[in-house]
Amino acid sequence: MPQHDAPFTPRLTGHDYVTPDLRAKLTGTARFSEDFRIEGMLACKLLTSPMPHAKVARLDTSAALAVPGVRAILTAEDLPAPADTVTDTGSVIRANKWAEPALTMEPLYAGEPVLAVAAATEAAAAEAIAKIDIAFSPLPFVIDPLDSLRPGGPAARGDGNVWLQPPAGPDGAPAMAQVGRLSWTEADFAAAGPHRLPLGKPSREWAYGDLEAGFAKAALVLDETFVTPNVSHQTLETRSTLAYWQNGKVFIHTGTQSTMQTVPAISRWLGIPPERIVFISEFTGGGFGSKGTAGISLVIPALLAKKANAPVMMRVGRELEQAIGRARPSCIGRLRAGFAADGRLLALDMYVLQDNGPYEENNDAAMSGRIVSLLYQPQAMRWRGLAVLTNTPTRMYQTGPGGVQGVMLMDRVLAKAARELKLDQVAIRRVNAPAGKAPYDAAGAGGKRPHATSAFVKEALDQGAAAFGWQARQALPRDLGDGRRRGLGVGLGSFVAGTIGFDGLFVITPEGRLRIHCGIGNLGTESFSDVQRVLADAMDVPWEACEIVWGDTGKHLPWSCVSGGSQTIHAMSRAALAASLDAKKKLKEIAAQTLGGAPEDYAVAGGRVSRASDGRGLDFGEAARRAMALGGAYDGHEISAGLHALTKASAQALAGQGLLAVAKDTFPRDGQSFSYVATFAEVEVDTATGMYRVVDFHAAADSGVVVHPRAFGGQVVGRSMLGLGHVTGQRWVFDRHYGMPLGSRFYQTKPPTILELPQKTGWSSVGIPDPETPIGARGIGEPPTGAAAAALLNALSDALGDDRFRRAPILPDMILASLEPDARPRDHGLSANV
Amino acid sequence: MPEHDPETLRPSGMTRRQFIKSVIAAGVVTCSGALFSGPAGAAPAGPPGAVERLITLDVNGQQRRVDVLPHETLAQTLRYKLGLTSVKIGCDRAECGSCTVLVDDVPRYSCSTLTHSVRGAKILTVEGLTRPDGGLHPLQQGVLDAQGFQCGYCAPGFLMATLGFLKTNPDPTRAELAHGVSGNLCRCQDYDKILTALQNGAASMRKA
Ligand code: FES
Ligand code: FES
Repeated sequence: MPQHDAPFTPRLTGHDYVTPDLRAKLTGTARFSEDFRIEGMLACKLLTSPMPHAKVARLDTSAALAVPGVRAILTAEDLPAPADTVTDTGSVIRANKWAEPALTMEPLYAGEPVLAVAAATEAAAAEAIAKIDIAFSPLPFVIDPLDSLRPGGPAARGDGNVWLQPPAGPDGAPAMAQVGRLSWTEADFAAAGPHRLPLGKPSREWAYGDLEAGFAKAALVLDETFVTPNVSHQTLETRSTLAYWQNGKVFIHTGTQSTMQTVPAISRWLGIPPERIVFISEFTGGGFGSKGTAGISLVIPALLAKKANAPVMMRVGRELEQAIGRARPSCIGRLRAGFAADGRLLALDMYVLQDNGPYEENNDAAMSGRIVSLLYQPQAMRWRGLAVLTNTPTRMYQTGPGGVQGVMLMDRVLAKAARELKLDQVAIRRVNAPAGKAPYDAAGAGGKRPHATSAFVKEALDQGAAAFGWQARQALPRDLGDGRRRGLGVGLGSFVAGTIGFDGLFVITPEGRLRIHCGIGNLGTESFSDVQRVLADAMDVPWEACEIVWGDTGKHLPWSCVSGGSQTIHAMSRAALAASLDAKKKLKEIAAQTLGGAPEDYAVAGGRVSRASDGRGLDFGEAARRAMALGGAYDGHEISAGLHALTKASAQALAGQGLLAVAKDTFPRDGQSFSYVATFAEVEVDTATGMYRVVDFHAAADSGVVVHPRAFGGQVVGRSMLGLGHVTGQRWVFDRHYGMPLGSRFYQTKPPTILELPQKTGWSSVGIPDPETPIGARGIGEPPTGAAAAALLNALSDALGDDRFRRAPILPDMILASLEPDARPRDHGLSANV
Repeated sequence: MPEHDPETLRPSGMTRRQFIKSVIAAGVVTCSGALFSGPAGAAPAGPPGAVERLITLDVNGQQRRVDVLPHETLAQTLRYKLGLTSVKIGCDRAECGSCTVLVDDVPRYSCSTLTHSVRGAKILTVEGLTRPDGGLHPLQQGVLDAQGFQCGYCAPGFLMATLGFLKTNPDPTRAELAHGVSGNLCRCQDYDKILTALQNGAASMRKA
């Protein structure tokens, strides 16, 4: 348990149970967005760009509008102009003229939506699309970031090819990043040669420590370049959306990673106030970062429904999903690393070039530097980054965004260093591992480097090594006969794992039950339900006395975090606990007012509030009825200050239904929460065919207290499989001549199947509570992905030797080519899109 | 199942339009049938002049009469005309298995099966597993008890693929079962827990 007094006793927390949403998933009664039907519903089809960069030169929709059944056509002209918006806390979100629009007359990637048709049937909509008279004039385009940086290279947008960070203003406030033009010099390219990333001008950089002194002291200096893949999210449920307008309100059904945070996002996109938005998203068929809040797939049918004055369902097929369904950006990294003889990382100079896609700057390159600085604790480090615009699909966070790329770039350098210095792979990671309030990044404004809330990475390494039998396996022969080779690898992963400051809301009903209102998105990680186990424990009630209301903002939900970046178990268990403290305070006050004495005389336990001296008290049902009679704050007729405006509105709507508990998480926290995973893999490579598979696998997690073991294990292994896929097959392929994507289906950019599940798969958790959150729990979704990818890359190097590959995924043909007598590392001109 | 010629089926003197109206009024077809008649993202539906034919399908033990286009897939018929929304279309091209149903006890990708080709066959979807009293099939119960799946979008397809496989091998090893359901993709990639849960379901079926 946490060191300070815990306001809850874990009885349900830490134990397996069946989540309340599962039955519906197994009986086919779970309604995903495309399963809804509404009277008068129209079908929507999109006209998308046939070119990677073009301008619409001619557009005539009259013939299309004349097709029987066609009701409306939405074009870029119909979109609300981008405008600044003010958040609940008063901060201004500035309109960004380079941001992604829902529809465009200047598409910046092949497959980008240009216009949308609503018609009585999908067949009529498709016929209308065919009858649209449209001409595109092609514009210069770029697929690979390095092409754009060459002198005279093409630019993805008319006004620039990179994201630039202007210097901070006179008040020290960071300026807004801008798209601008940047070329590297011939000398930059010549200095690097063909197989290393040129070190041209970056747009962002930071540093700490004395880099050159570190290199001077180093026993070994490596200079490594590696390319990570572009990986589409490929959620199994595409982003089909149903939207309709009724009585001035818009109703939207789509999959999302946050029910509540999607509301202000819709408000920004549509330019309407939150009170006119009803958002329904009870089930989401996978998100992995791509369904954060509202995006173009939601905006198009919403605006089209308004224009057509009828409900619109936009079904998204697999190929459209590949175009608009988001992807992780490829990063090309060059790392110069200096190691002491004992493996300690003395100096690290890291440059990350990010394939940004055409729109908003992604944070992946910056996150890759942060995670590397945290996970390997270099004594001195410089990070430089540059995001290059390309005419390829829009990028977005994907599980461990940037952390995965950082680890894929760096952990293999550590593995190579260990081999050169004749050190054990676990030992070199231990000697560099973060511990306790470990620092990361460069110093901030106050001159101090930021730090983690806690880190028990050595413990995770030790636990994983023991479970996997790392030491004993070292003696195993690498040659397995018949041309088969064995490889062993360990890899680390880390990512942020918790936010703070969200709201909890529940009602104790007159029947004495807890009706918990939950604004968390439900993607199957089960955190929407798992965090309520903490609430049940805090209120000391059995799980059967709790009911969760989720997935529909019409049901009055509190302000919650986005279920991304593994925030939820941390953020929302704290919010639940905060609400429980509000409930206990109210229960004790009601008891004192009803039965006499002071509130402090009373305690809450066993579904009652009672006093120890004489055992007198009220059960929850009685207390709820008293709360309704007393009114005021007790039943929600008065709402305390400090809550989010949307929580307030929900609480007001629930007033009078029982004892209303509502509070914001104000528990202290020192540091930023991160979680960590140490992963061990054994791979078997067939050198005759180039095929390989992971035969044994163990991931050991350091993410604090485990709230729901089975869901936790599902995340550790599931997210690990995603990481293995980054090595075994997930990638983009482009026709470079025309800039057209060639891999738009599962079989072309193949995620792992069940046959790729390692024959033996294990996971464990160190389970040491995080000291900076009262529940002790941090998120786990992100770090397994990078750790698994790194462990597999390192195992392949162990089997085949270092310097075989400079890019992932590693396909069988690359293995075979690497075994040729005169083989050089394959990097295809440092392109991710081969 | 006897094949019905649409012309002979139609009461004489009735136009096709009137006929369809009467069918809808009789509640034979659900209203959304015509809305989605092809794969999402595809060109206008069907060969020119293709007309729907009223056929009878044996779905989940019920005789369901439904108008079907010549090129219509079983997934479209089940999902959009018969309202069986457990049938998920993850790819619409035989790559993911989320649309898997049993046709005469054999798992089939319904997105890649023409409805007209399964007239006379017994079609089973997840909706048909649950007992009339709402009780779960032992396979479902076993999976539920083991908290199988994450988002659950792939779950109906996995359940049907498993059920079909267990008909041929009721007591598989973990590896055998993995092979049996390897035509199904889970993007949450929760394969380890899925296999554990499916094995638990198979065990419940053996006990039932
Ligand atoms: S939808 Fe049928 S196999 Fe994917
Ligand atoms: S559980 Fe999400 S796709 Fe399988």
